[in-house]
Amino acid sequence: MLRELADILQAEELCNTQGDNVQIDIACACDLMSDVLLHAKAQCLLLTGLTTTQSVYTAEVADIKVICFVRGKRPQRDVVELATNKNIILLATHLPMFESCGKLYRNGIKGCSEV
Amino acid sequence: MSEDTTAQVLTAGRVQELVYELKIEDAMVRDVQTVNVESTMDDVRAILREQKISGTPVLCRGELVGIVSIEDLLKALAGGETKTLVREKMSPNVVTLYADEPLVHALNQFARYRYGRFPIIDRKTKKLVGILTKGDIVRCLLRRLEMNHQARERAHYRPGHLFEDVVSDKSTLVLRHRVEGSNFQRAGEASSRLKKNLLSLGLSPDTVRRIAIASYEAEMNIVIFTQGGELVATIEPNQVTIRASDKGPGIPDVELAMQPGYSTAPDWVRELGFGAGMGLPNIKKNTNEMSLDSKVGEGTNLRFTVYTTNPT
Repeated sequence: MLRELADILQAEELCNTQGDNVQIDIACACDLMSDVLLHAKAQCLLLTGLTTTQSVYTAEVADIKVICFVRGKRPQRDVVELATNKNIILLATHLPMFESCGKLYRNGIKGCSEV
Repeated sequence: MSEDTTAQVLTAGRVQELVYELKIEDAMVRDVQTVNVESTMDDVRAILREQKISGTPVLCRGELVGIVSIEDLLKALAGGETKTLVREKMSPNVVTLYADEPLVHALNQFARYRYGRFPIIDRKTKKLVGILTKGDIVRCLLRRLEMNHQARERAHYRPGHLFEDVVSDKSTLVLRHRVEGSNFQRAGEASSRLKKNLLSLGLSPDTVRRIAIASYEAEMNIVIFTQGGELVATIEPNQVTIRASDKGPGIPDVELAMQPGYSTAPDWVRELGFGAGMGLPNIKKNTNEMSLDSKVGEGTNLRFTVYTTNPT
């Protein structure tokens, strides 16, 4: 559930039109959106340092429901508004990418190539 | 309505299917008001009046031991026995039903016993889990019929029926989206809209995802490298073709551009998460057919097709 995921990542919720009932089993960590489009599986969590509208559009076309911005980066307000309109949940954590991935993996979240 | 007419109405057509499909637990009220055996008939009067109900199960140390109804209350009132304990006035030997039994069984029991309500018991724990009146059954059936009706309406008005409703030898739907060059704020909007349209046409989410990814890569190429262009989606009953075109500058070496990792994107584009040289290979990966035609100084025409199942 989303709450547990946010707790693991020590993340704050920036926008969420979907409630807590969102199941995440796999994640993809990447700053290059082309690579996300190529490798990410639908319904995964996207960890990224890219806080532009492109992260939201990428998530939308790739059927990614949750994005977590890492390294304490915060998106501009228009990005949060876009995500709200597209029903994409945005989280933000101060943790760096590597630590974020490690914590998720230790808690049973799998990589996109493992499923 | 007499008992027999109720039974007739409740067993007609779709309703008849429903009473076999639905379980008692789908119709019962879970939040059961109960009364203790040690309560007085005065307490019962207060409960029935406050809750606007006509009967309630009687519990003794958590176990169901009887049922007390408005009839029992009237008798007690007539006899001036309002301080009498429920134990004395309730009907013991309660007939109960299991929550997992089909609704039709409850209907038969209502017809057989002519009771106003049945306490509902969990088969495993034997605990009281709900209460069922004929009104609850009718409400449940009406709710289900309304849900079925809404689902039919939605299916009917979905544009997915377009290819059934419009009769021709070959029907084609063309959706045109303009793409602005260098506008990174909006880059992706055309593909986002296309994705939404294809989903509402009834295409499968997996197919739509492939089309949207390919379209988004093509859209980004137009935004990054050109002054602008357009994405034209041609939707036919068994395939979707997208033509991404622009007026320049053109790709000098198409073969090189197709190599994974090859990119001529400037650094500022890479900082936006693009320009990794995966665009064209990624489009190829997600589509069934792809062709690229480019002339330096004139422009680029990229076409790709994804085979779909029939949208209807």
